[in-house]
Amino acid sequence: MTTRFETAFAKGPALVCFITGGDGNTAANLDALVEGGADVIELGMPFTDPMADGPAIQEANIRSLDAGTRTADVFRIASEFRARHSQVPLVLMGYANPMIARGADWFAGECAKAGVDGVICVDIPPEEDAELGPALRDKSVSLIRLATPTTDAARLPAVLEGSSGFLYYVSVAGVTGMQQAAQGSIEDAVAKLKAASTIPVAVGFGVRTPEQASAIARVADGVVVGSALVDLVKQHGTDAPAHLRALTASLAEAVHTAR
Amino acid sequence: MTAPTPVNSFRSLPDETGHFGQFGGRYVAETLMPLILDLEKEYRKAQQDPAFWAEFDALMKDFVGRPSPLYYAPRMTEHFRGLAPAGKGPKIYFKREELNHTGAHKINNCIGQILLAIRMGKKKIIAETGAGQHGVATATVAARFGLPCKIFMGAKDIERQKPNVFRMKLLGAEVVSCESGSQSLKDSMNDALRYWVANVHDTFYIIGTAAGPHPYPELVRDFQSIIGKEAREQMLEKEGRLPDMLVAAVGGGSNAIGLFHPFLDDPEVAMTGIEAAGHGIETDKHAASLTGGKPGILHGNKTYLLQDEDGQITEAHSISAGLDYPGLGPEHSWLHESGRVNYVPITDTQALEAFQLCCELEGIIPALESAHALAALPQLTAEMDEDKLLVVNVSGRGDKDIFTVAEALGVEL
Repeated sequence: MTTRFETAFAKGPALVCFITGGDGNTAANLDALVEGGADVIELGMPFTDPMADGPAIQEANIRSLDAGTRTADVFRIASEFRARHSQVPLVLMGYANPMIARGADWFAGECAKAGVDGVICVDIPPEEDAELGPALRDKSVSLIRLATPTTDAARLPAVLEGSSGFLYYVSVAGVTGMQQAAQGSIEDAVAKLKAASTIPVAVGFGVRTPEQASAIARVADGVVVGSALVDLVKQHGTDAPAHLRALTASLAEAVHTAR
Repeated sequence: MTAPTPVNSFRSLPDETGHFGQFGGRYVAETLMPLILDLEKEYRKAQQDPAFWAEFDALMKDFVGRPSPLYYAPRMTEHFRGLAPAGKGPKIYFKREELNHTGAHKINNCIGQILLAIRMGKKKIIAETGAGQHGVATATVAARFGLPCKIFMGAKDIERQKPNVFRMKLLGAEVVSCESGSQSLKDSMNDALRYWVANVHDTFYIIGTAAGPHPYPELVRDFQSIIGKEAREQMLEKEGRLPDMLVAAVGGGSNAIGLFHPFLDDPEVAMTGIEAAGHGIETDKHAASLTGGKPGILHGNKTYLLQDEDGQITEAHSISAGLDYPGLGPEHSWLHESGRVNYVPITDTQALEAFQLCCELEGIIPALESAHALAALPQLTAEMDEDKLLVVNVSGRGDKDIFTVAEALGVEL
C-alpha cells in the first residue's frame, strides 16, 4: 500500500508546514496551510518545557496550554483534520513526556485512530527507541527521526534504523526559528543523508522565506517551515488563516518550482 | 582502582546504557547526543587516570578545604533524647558540608566537572542555577581556571537571590536572565540546554545536580561521593563502627546521593531522603516528586516528576529555592522503588522550626535545604535507640536564606 508520505514526496520537493496545536483556531489555520499548498502538516503537541524550541514556538506552547489545550484536544484536532483532508500526511511533533504519560501503546493507538501518519519526538534519540518506537511501528505510525549537523557518519545508521516516512534534517545546531544554516553546508549534509537513506530528506530550522525554501528544495526532498507560520498565528489571531494561506502559497510556489 | 562490586550490589548502576532500572537514560535532542557520548568516553578515561584524581584530591584539600568535619552535635542529641521515649534518642552527628569553600557541597561537583571540561578542550562554561549556590560554585571554578562562564537563572530567582547574583558577577560570570515559563530552576535548565544545543562545539555544561542525561547522574554522584567516603572513615575513627542512619535532603539529590552511595551495600546502614513538602503534599504547593509525582521524562532523564495526567510538568513549591524543582535525580527514583532508601516529605513549617533549633542549639545556621533534613529528627530520634548513630548532611550554610527566613517569621530587617 502506498503511504500518504510516499504520495506526497513523489510529486517533487514537498513543503512541510508546522503550527502548534491549540494555538489560535487550529482547524481553520490547518485548512489555510493546505489551501496554500502545504504537502505535509506537522501539528505541534504543546508541552510546558519545550527545550529544543526558540522563543516563537515556546510562546505558542504557552499560549496553547494557557488556553486549556489537553492531549485529547490535539487528537480531536488531528482526527477532524483527517476527516476533512483524506490525503495530506499529518505528523505530530512534540516532546516525550506528553507522549508517554498514558503509556506509549495508548499514544500509538490514539495516533492510529486519529489518522496520524507519523510522529517526531524531539527528546527520544535512537538510544532510547524502546520508549516509543516499537509501539508506533506496531500501529504502522511512522517514527520520523532527526539528523543534525552533529550526527556523524558513524551515528547515521542508528538514526535511520527504525525510522520511516521521511528524515528530518535539522540544518543548524540550535533551537527552532533562530538562524539559517549556510546553503553550502545544507547541500553537503543532504547529499550525505540521501546517499545513506532510502526515505526522503526534509530540511528545517530557521527557514522563513520563499528564497531560502527554493534554494533548499533544489537539493532536498522537503522543506520545513515552522516559526514563521507560528509568528503569523501570534500576530493575527483569528485573522491568521488569510495570512497563513498567503505565506504558504508563496513558499509552496518556491518549493514546487525550485527544480 | 576499586574492588569489583558484588552481583547483588546497589552500587553497580547505571548499566552501560545509563539506566538505573527503568530510570535515567539519555533523553536528549539528537544535536546533543554525540556530545553526551563523548563526555561518557572522556569520563571513562578520567576514571582510570590517577593524575585526574590526584588533581581532584589536591583541589578538594587546598581549594575547597576538605575533609569537612564529622561533628558530634551534643545539644541536639540531648534535646531529642529529652523528647524521646526512655532509652531512645541516638547520637546525632553533622557532616559539615556547609564549611566548604562557597558554603555548600556544590563545589565538589564543580571541581570534578571543570577538570573534565579542560580534558575535553572546551573553552566555555555554562550552568543553570536556582538559589544561586550552584551558580556561585560554577563561577568560582570558572574563575579559578580562567574560563568564561554564563549562568542561566530564572528572572524570579534573580530578583529573590540578589546577593548570589552579585557574587557570581564579582567572580566574573555573566548571569543570563530566563524569562520563560515559571522563571525558576526548571526554566533556567531549559534555557541552558537551548544555549548548549547551539554551542556544543566549544561549551561544557556543568549540571548542578545528579540528574540530566547519562553520564551526568553518575559522574555528579561520583564527585559528590567524597562526602560519604569521608563520613565513613570519620565515623569508623570516632566510633569504631558504621552509622545506623543517614539523613539528607533531596532536591535534585546530589548531596544525598553523595552521602548515601558509599554506604549502599552496608545493610546495617539505614537511609532517609527528605523531599520538600512545601505547604503540604495534600496541597498543590510542594516539591515532593516521589510522594506526589509519577515517572516521566524531563531534562534528559526518566525519573519521578510532578506532572498532570497529560504529562505536562506542574510547578514545584518549596521555601527552599534549592529544593524547588519538579523532579529529582534518577538514582533516587530507583533507590525509592527498590526500597533501599526511605523518602519522607517535610513541610516549609517543619523546616523553619528545625532551622531555628539548629541555630539556637548548635550555633550553626543551616541552609533551608539542610533544615529539611534536620526536620526529620523529631520522628527518627524517637524511634532509634540511644546507642545508635545518626548522621545528618548539613549540605550548606544558611547565610543566603536569612531574608527568606526573616520574611517567613514576620521579622523586618
